[in-house]
Amino acid sequence: MTDRLARGLDAPICLTWELTYGCNLACVHCLSSSGRRDPDELTTKELFAVVDELAEMQVFYVNIGGGEPTLRPDFWDLLDYCVAGKVGVKFSTNGSRITPAAAQRIASTDYVDVQISLDGADAATNDAIRGDGSYAMAVAAMEHLAAAGMREFKVSVVVTRENVGQLDDFLALAGRYGAQLRLTRLRPSGRGADVWDRLHLTGEQQRRLYTWLVERPQVLTGDSFFHLSALGEPLPGLNLCGAGRIVCLIDPVGDVYACPFVLHEQFKAGSVRDDGGFAAVWRTSELFTSLREPNSPGACASCGSYDACRGGCMAAKFFTGLPLDGPDPECVHGHGEAALLQASSSRPLVDAGHSHRGGVFVPLTRRT
Amino acid sequence: MTAYSLHPQVGLRDERFGALAYHYGNRRLTFLNDARLVRIVRSVAEYDDVDAALAAAGVPAADRLAYLAAIARLHQAEVLVARD
Ligand code: SF4
Ligand code: SF4
Repeated sequence: MTDRLARGLDAPICLTWELTYGCNLACVHCLSSSGRRDPDELTTKELFAVVDELAEMQVFYVNIGGGEPTLRPDFWDLLDYCVAGKVGVKFSTNGSRITPAAAQRIASTDYVDVQISLDGADAATNDAIRGDGSYAMAVAAMEHLAAAGMREFKVSVVVTRENVGQLDDFLALAGRYGAQLRLTRLRPSGRGADVWDRLHLTGEQQRRLYTWLVERPQVLTGDSFFHLSALGEPLPGLNLCGAGRIVCLIDPVGDVYACPFVLHEQFKAGSVRDDGGFAAVWRTSELFTSLREPNSPGACASCGSYDACRGGCMAAKFFTGLPLDGPDPECVHGHGEAALLQASSSRPLVDAGHSHRGGVFVPLTRRT
Repeated sequence: MTAYSLHPQVGLRDERFGALAYHYGNRRLTFLNDARLVRIVRSVAEYDDVDAALAAAGVPAADRLAYLAAIARLHQAEVLVARD
């Protein structure tokens, strides 16, 4: 099955669509270096045209994110338009705009799901990553959703060295609001590159996380820890890098990348503004075609765990300067560390993207 | 024998390996790895019982149990619903 999936699908399974680079927070690990809106972001008309195309391709659902997608004035109209076209939506938000009325709206249809981002089980841990007041903001959103009767929305946590000790607390917190916990991996993408060295898990923490996940199959992971499957029985999921095969990203200006964690020229396949639109990029772009070819295990060839781990995450390798056909920087057998020492000078240069200039922090007074 | 139909909240999309089914209610994705199984799922609502649907799709007697098991799994996953 994995082999057949690796050759690509007629339409993506896991399509992330970032609507804006604008954000009222400035999280230190933001994968898209968001902050300021880009003047060239897709117009409402263009957004709707993309939805038409996704409906036509029978894309079941999109993962909408940003930036903070709810900051777009047309966000709720877009949501309605997706639902009308039977394209399901799961959107990620910092919670700032999830008012009681918004929560009612979300709870009123099966076609919309929401994911509240949280990076600490208490305000101190969370706000150190996401900014002052952001914990209170997320909790208020969860309260509104629970009060509106929204079942099983997601609480999404990027696991770091600082919060990995709070996994049980996260689970309890999500449970309190009838939500599901979703854990994802910290990747050195966007501003994440600046903090990865100090926030990524230690080997010991990775082993504990693996055991914790194996014992709790109800915790969602978006397949993001499959490199840990090399430690023993595979974690639930497809256990492969889906970039360009089952995964892709549409960014706020309509550019299509292989995955949300590789916002870099090298992984740009085209644009929804090109002739043929998104479908042509997905089905025929040179980049995606090459990503669907069988990849060589490279330096992982001699590893007995290759079938489980498949060399790990392409984005993590790329942004730490490692060869794409070798071990993941967080290889559970320690092969990444040696490679990292050699590669420290070859990390790709990444600019600050759409980060707020001068690292300003926007005060959180815009809650409506 | 039970009669089935596709769950009203399920979307089905053909793929080279068969098809993908997505349930908008429980948000689960199911892989259908066999073209004949996909044909059965698409047409099952037209038949009074599942045996008639299998026969119409030309399932050989030797494979009948395997297809019935697959259909039971799809029922369990709420891709198919039983009807009277
Ligand atoms: S590059 Fe990493 S994050 Fe992206 S699809 Fe592959 S494994 Fe997942
Ligand atoms: S050597 Fe490669 S395949 Fe083996 S565990 Fe490490 S990253 Fe995975």
